[in-house]
Amino acid sequence: MIRLRRTSRNEAPLDGRAFDLLCITTAVVLGLHASHLPLWLSAALAAVLGLRWWQRRRQPGRAPIYLKLPLVALLAATVIFHYGNIFGREPGSALAVGLLVLKLLETETPRDAKVAVGFACFTLMAALLSDQGMVATFIVGLGLVPALATLRALQPARVATSLPRELLPGLSLLAAAVPLSLLGFVLVPRLDSPLWGAPPSAQARTGLSDRMSPGDFVDLLTDDHPAMRVSFDQTLPAPDQRYFRAYVMTHYDGRRWTTMPTGQPPAPLEATESQSYRITLEPNGQQVLPALDVPLEAPPQARLGANREVIGGKPVQDPLTYSLRSALHYRFQPALDDATRRRSLLLPAGFNPRSLALAAQWRERYGDRDDAIVQAALSLFHDGGFNYTLAPAPLGRDAVDDFLFATHEGFCEHYSSAFTVLMRAAGVPARVVTGYQGGYWNKLGQYLLVRQSDAHAWSEVWLAGRGWVRVDPTAAVRPERVSLGAAAVAASQSGWQGLNWLQDLRNRWDVVNRWWSEGVIGFDALRQRGLLTPFGVRDTDTTTLSVLLTIGSVLFAALGLAWALWRRHDADPMRAAMQTLERKLARAGIARRSSEGPQHYLLRAARALPAQRAELDLLMRSYLDLRYAYAVPPPESVRGFTQAVRDFRPRHVVK
Amino acid sequence: MAMPLAETIRRLQHRAERRLPALTRYRRPESLPIELHRRRIYIVPTGLGLAFGVLLLVMLAGALNYANNAALLLTCLLGAACAASMLVAFRSLDGLRLAAIQADHAIAGQPLVLHLHFDAGVRVRQAIRVHMDGQTQAFAIPSRGQLVLPLSMATTRRGWQALPRIQLWSSWPLGLFRAWSWLYPEQSALVWPCPETGGPPPQLAADDPLHHRLHHGEDLAALRDYRAGDPQRRIAWKASARHDSLLVKDFEQPEPRQEWRLDWRQMPSLNHEARIARLARWLGEAEAQGRPSSLWLPEEDIGHGSGPAHYARCMSALARLP
Repeated sequence: MIRLRRTSRNEAPLDGRAFDLLCITTAVVLGLHASHLPLWLSAALAAVLGLRWWQRRRQPGRAPIYLKLPLVALLAATVIFHYGNIFGREPGSALAVGLLVLKLLETETPRDAKVAVGFACFTLMAALLSDQGMVATFIVGLGLVPALATLRALQPARVATSLPRELLPGLSLLAAAVPLSLLGFVLVPRLDSPLWGAPPSAQARTGLSDRMSPGDFVDLLTDDHPAMRVSFDQTLPAPDQRYFRAYVMTHYDGRRWTTMPTGQPPAPLEATESQSYRITLEPNGQQVLPALDVPLEAPPQARLGANREVIGGKPVQDPLTYSLRSALHYRFQPALDDATRRRSLLLPAGFNPRSLALAAQWRERYGDRDDAIVQAALSLFHDGGFNYTLAPAPLGRDAVDDFLFATHEGFCEHYSSAFTVLMRAAGVPARVVTGYQGGYWNKLGQYLLVRQSDAHAWSEVWLAGRGWVRVDPTAAVRPERVSLGAAAVAASQSGWQGLNWLQDLRNRWDVVNRWWSEGVIGFDALRQRGLLTPFGVRDTDTTTLSVLLTIGSVLFAALGLAWALWRRHDADPMRAAMQTLERKLARAGIARRSSEGPQHYLLRAARALPAQRAELDLLMRSYLDLRYAYAVPPPESVRGFTQAVRDFRPRHVVK
Repeated sequence: MAMPLAETIRRLQHRAERRLPALTRYRRPESLPIELHRRRIYIVPTGLGLAFGVLLLVMLAGALNYANNAALLLTCLLGAACAASMLVAFRSLDGLRLAAIQADHAIAGQPLVLHLHFDAGVRVRQAIRVHMDGQTQAFAIPSRGQLVLPLSMATTRRGWQALPRIQLWSSWPLGLFRAWSWLYPEQSALVWPCPETGGPPPQLAADDPLHHRLHHGEDLAALRDYRAGDPQRRIAWKASARHDSLLVKDFEQPEPRQEWRLDWRQMPSLNHEARIARLARWLGEAEAQGRPSSLWLPEEDIGHGSGPAHYARCMSALARLP
């Protein structure tokens, strides 16, 4: 043991091929992490890697300690400086990648390389913490190939091949491992609750937020990432009904709309028609779960707010799937209580005097006909020379006045905000609602794909006898926004028409992403329990899973052993036939000794089986003939010999 | 501190081998050729394999804890690939044949070189290591190829020496698992006696100076330049015509050096091994001088002869003495 360790301490230096492969492995890891590392850090690490590779090619040798220590300290300081701390997914993986690159500075022996490969595998996994997409997972899986090739290159006495060919065996090993890994993936029991606290990810894509001021959405409306996917149990709602409510904002401070939790029970809802559906929400770090129009009840892990928004238990960090039931035709809170009415009419003092005057003028003209006031506002937007644009002119302190009477341009946020202010000024209870509108119907996958760019803001006004009614002032300006969706509007604005087919292709391709996100990423403890439902087992518990996993592993082990034990038959038909004959004779008790040539052996067999002396004699002579009389024996004679061997049955002598 | 520990481990290993043959599976000597098959190949994880196992467990715990299915998939993939590498390790040894062992000659105390003839069978063999007598060598053979691997074995005394156990092992392809098999060929190598370092020359039967004169042989020995006084009939006219000078056929030849009759009985004063050592030295000197020799031993009488084959025969006879 001691001796072993001593020899390993001064073991032979790493050969060039193994080091090259290790550098490739590290470069792949660095590349996979580059998307979330700061660009300068990736560039610096790549430079260190390249320099080290170049240095070792010229002259092998470890980097001196006075170079290594400051570099490690510099890396740690950089990570702390940039991320604020050293724990958590982001700084942790940045640190890990940096340490992996620095490890190469002192990699001179096979032992160092083994440590580096193990660490590289771990760092590869860390790359999946930030992106679980299908393509990302596939590429990370391919990242194992150079790691395995490095381990392989550490073995002594290999048949020399080119660098690309070194990678092939690793790839085939991974391919052979796919079935077993899928079995493990499906059957490894998932945890119901984490063993230790999962640090929140800062990586979650920003979605809607609980506050809105005109202009906030611009980043969101140009973000093409999927926000959620919806599949409907019945028919697909018409485009103008595809409003997904997320936040209901009642409070306005002159610039910004915010939600105002009241702690009241959900407002009553009289529904006549409802629609059930399932939503898979991409992680967004928010607590509110979007729901189609007005939901009837909350899904199990969430609750309903006072304005029937769905509030989840914790911020969504991983893809979340929930089922809901919503009303499409309804009377929402037919009787408005005083507190809500007051809150829905509140406007900050000293803002937007011209808008207030216009609203007062409408109130005078239309008396108590609230719906006429709504119509007046919508026709103002429709006929007042308003323009829909994602790049509006900036607004001043009296934002609504500036928008209504000066700039005349904006997008959904501007319209809903201005409309709500006008309604409140005219004495009609109103509020702003944000969420998503529209989406792309994927025929192949039978689901509605809603992207972040489908984010939308609209208003709800309370009308006596009808309750809260949805009014979309943007639709008055730009009806296509509602009927065709955000993409169509954006395309017509930015001259992207030529790339429509690309957009379409992307939307179609999304069916694969959805399958991945639902079938693979969303395969949680709950889904695992229902794994055996088609076979009549309602609840597959951990014990059953373990038993299944064991059985499956044993099956795979048997398959693997069968492969390992399988030997290719000898390609030489003469030798194969002779071996068959030997087996037959051995069963009759005449085993060939290792010192015996064919002639002696078959003569001995003939003596032992006198009844078949002639047959064995013929076999012996034709074998010797075929073996030694020709350079290449004629194939028909070989076939004849093979056939004769096959027909030969040793008969036991009855004594 | 280090040495006693190593010594203890070696002794424990030795005792385990003796007490638990079924467990340690050190086999009895067997005749060549030996083909490795499933019943004699064993596999255990290496240190790296164990470390990798721990790493996989950490990755599994992390993936399960963060409910990160992509990471879990990656962990399963890596784990399954590692498990599959075990089968590859097995296959790299399965079907390998040690066809023959050919031993060189060596004098006691000097290393004896063994030539191991390996037969790859139908598979490519890579990173196979042979461990014998504290030394390890790695080799690779292409499929259907053969390889002769020289390995040296320490010798201490003359006579038949059984070959040590040979371990064939491989951690191909990833170094995570070590597959090994013990080979214990039933074969011995003959070690020649060590000659004494100095001593008297052998007594010659007839030390007659007349025997040393030159004599005219019958056969043509060489052509040489003409010297004054050479008889005319010896001049090689045809050959001289092709040269500038006259050439003469030279039939003269020194008489072969006198043979040594080496006899066991000549040295009654010496003990058994000392006689052998002295005979070995004389044989060596005779071989070096190109002098014919004969050897008489209590059980063997080897007639006159010279050259390496004769020398080897005599030395082997000496080595076989009881």
